[in-house]
Amino acid sequence: MKIKQKYDVVVIGSGPGGLAAAIAAKKTGCDDVLVIERDIELGGILLQCIHNGFGLEILKQDLPGPSYAQRFVSEALGLGVETLLDAMVLDVSPQRRIFATSRKGGLYDIEARSIVLAMGCRERTRSQIRLPGPRPAGVFTAGTAQRWVNVEGYMPGRRFVVLGSGDIGMIMARRLTLEGAKVERVVEIMPYLNGLMRNYVQCLLDYDIPLQLRHTVNRIIGNHRVEAVEIVAVNDRWEPISGTEEIVPCDTLLLSVGLIPENELSRKAGVLLDPLTGGPFVDDHFQTNVPGIFAAGNVVHVYDLVDWVTEAGYIAGRSAAAFAIELRRWENRHMPLVAGENVRYVVPHELDRESLTMGAVRIQLRVKQPIESPVVVELRNGEDVLVKKGEPYARPGEMITLTIPSKVYDLVQKASVLSVHVVQR
Amino acid sequence: MRTTENVICITCPKGCTLEVLKDGESILEIRQGCKKGHSYVQQELTDPRRMVASTVKIRGALHPLLPVYTLAPFPKGKILELMKALRAMQVDSPVKTGQVVLPNALDTGIDIIASRDM
Repeated sequence: MKIKQKYDVVVIGSGPGGLAAAIAAKKTGCDDVLVIERDIELGGILLQCIHNGFGLEILKQDLPGPSYAQRFVSEALGLGVETLLDAMVLDVSPQRRIFATSRKGGLYDIEARSIVLAMGCRERTRSQIRLPGPRPAGVFTAGTAQRWVNVEGYMPGRRFVVLGSGDIGMIMARRLTLEGAKVERVVEIMPYLNGLMRNYVQCLLDYDIPLQLRHTVNRIIGNHRVEAVEIVAVNDRWEPISGTEEIVPCDTLLLSVGLIPENELSRKAGVLLDPLTGGPFVDDHFQTNVPGIFAAGNVVHVYDLVDWVTEAGYIAGRSAAAFAIELRRWENRHMPLVAGENVRYVVPHELDRESLTMGAVRIQLRVKQPIESPVVVELRNGEDVLVKKGEPYARPGEMITLTIPSKVYDLVQKASVLSVHVVQR
Repeated sequence: MRTTENVICITCPKGCTLEVLKDGESILEIRQGCKKGHSYVQQELTDPRRMVASTVKIRGALHPLLPVYTLAPFPKGKILELMKALRAMQVDSPVKTGQVVLPNALDTGIDIIASRDM
């Protein structure tokens, strides 16, 4: 597909937030809507969330992630949303200029009347929870393991410990068990479960996977590959209680220790971020502090349910579309006033068609060559003369004024450009 | 003998705890929760079932695996056997969302269907 130079709405990211935003933008009446996705297909992280439980709130159906994504992918494509896949957005400016790159297409420089940021979030990693010990292979985030097991077809290990009782961690504990691995336990530093209760029941209880609250991984053992982890109980200040250490043999440690909104691009665009949510400050239209830049989904704050991400995407998409339509209207209202025969320049350079509803508009110009005999000053749309006025002569040193009266409003609406001429009578 | 058992409902993300008053094996009363929760408990205490999602190998597609799921909750005791059957399978691209990849899995009357187009 040929990528245009300018779009009404550009959506960055094609997860549930981005797809909903693109769909809503199209339905609100924008002709040109583009979704940029870094993966080779639309859908985002839902594609690797093969478990069910999606769509209960807004679709009243219990769907797996890929099915939920499929609906919105099909709807977006059916509405004529354009896509740029396998492309990485490198920069977004506050003026809504987007630079992206892809292996096939090279560098893209795209202008957007409005932008919806829908980059989602990233998983916290080992370094963000300051987990000490050597750095062997076999320490992965739960989402990475999920991608391998569910999409790419690799098993990351045989014997697992999961740190963190978030939903992805529990769901992966079940998934790995079903694929024949042994999950030794799920360890949670807090005194309570981090994910949903239903996942505790159907992912851990169903498969007799122990959950240890108020415990954490104290260190990782192994040089080339994880050989074991040391698990320890913690006190009320999350400090290890000495004497409670236990060595648990395993070859893989999965981390499910939280998600952070992904806002590297937002920052480049001058979007202000809330230190509490990690996402942009937004108003009820999901507009950021930068006019015309909106944000939707987990890039704003991390949601529990995809259904709410879709709802947020709809709001952001509608708002971004309204902004683009308003901007387009404003662009269309303005038409150039150009210098024609024997005219050096005209001020103003552009005319707002709607100004004539408020009264006459006065324009001023200078001629190129002196004419020492009577002349006509004409405002034309192509060959049609809209306004004319006589002058006894025309001299470059003496500015000529022409008034466009309100009564030519209808004629002006038909023009896309107006020219001014000064000719001998 | 009368007993009380707590069952956590997994029907929706709320995760309510339901109190079940039993006399031996028969359920006398279910407290808390909604209509859906009560039928879940009835089912759970007599014939526990779960939705199962997994993958099967696919040839000629964008990825080596096709995500699939059970069209209805599947008998809990047969899940591991189902996994074995799915691991042995292979399908050919193209596949449409909702297409049956394994009809009447393990004679349960439950179809296994594709989660996406691929």
